[in-house]
Amino acid sequence: MHRFANPTRFLRLAAAVLPFSAAVAALCLGAGLVWGLFFAPPDYQQGDTVRIMFIHVPAAMMAMGVYAGMAISSAIALIWRHAIADLIAKASAPIGATFCFICLLTGSLWGKPMWGTWWVWDARLTSMLIMLFIYLGYMALWQAFDDQTKAARAAAILALVGAINLPVIKFSVEWWNTLHQPASLITMDGPKIHSSLLWPLLLMIVGFGAYYLTVLIFRVRAEVHQRRTRMLRMAQADRHAAMQAAE
Amino acid sequence: MSEFLSMGGYGLYVWTSWGVGVALLIALLIQSIAIARSAAKEAEATELLSPRRRRRKAEAE
Repeated sequence: MHRFANPTRFLRLAAAVLPFSAAVAALCLGAGLVWGLFFAPPDYQQGDTVRIMFIHVPAAMMAMGVYAGMAISSAIALIWRHAIADLIAKASAPIGATFCFICLLTGSLWGKPMWGTWWVWDARLTSMLIMLFIYLGYMALWQAFDDQTKAARAAAILALVGAINLPVIKFSVEWWNTLHQPASLITMDGPKIHSSLLWPLLLMIVGFGAYYLTVLIFRVRAEVHQRRTRMLRMAQADRHAAMQAAE
Repeated sequence: MSEFLSMGGYGLYVWTSWGVGVALLIALLIQSIAIARSAAKEAEATELLSPRRRRRKAEAE
């Protein structure tokens, strides 16, 4: 793991992964879009609104998956002072927040025709909204410190505390009465969705995953370069001060 | 075609979901590429100001 704490080595690995993740993302999202919108049959109960599922469910799963990744990298950054882990967590947050927002918005657009309401304060919807706020709070916390080491530590602690929300979201549909339907994809008996709807859904999930990896690489690259700029500037300022002191 | 666009009467909900979702994903991708590029450029420019780099370059010439 520490092999990849070297930013140069990490960037080289990321550059090698990038073309593949970008290709998988473009292919899966493109195929999933065409399949989901044009070829998948309407649901026998929900009609054509089921097509919202192909974007709602992957966004929800990835919002949670990205959060889990962010919490794990935060733990790695806190425990081992890994030089890239905190940047991966920082770079993940805006992507996870975007997924979370897409999930809430499409859920609302699905809820109106099927439940008759845009929004209810039930367990699944509320816990997902809290996740969006944790994402936003995490991003704000990074901005609140001038000292990046302190910012990284504070943000990592918030990410770890916020991880308590993950099982709450997952099991909210079982622990409480909610309008939201229970799990139909990840269940003990396997997926409960008909294969005509399951395949485009799986394509979209893989596509969202590859999209996350692709965007993550660009954002970590930006973070690594920004950190290098900061360090160079600090060294320049030190040298300047030393020269003035000598005069 | 109009039947396809109407999505069984749910066109507004289906097309808004996909439209906003795809637009946000594309916007985030473009913004991420842009910050990666500008950050790389800035680091490169800052490095040129650093004397060690300048000396190394002078020795090479």
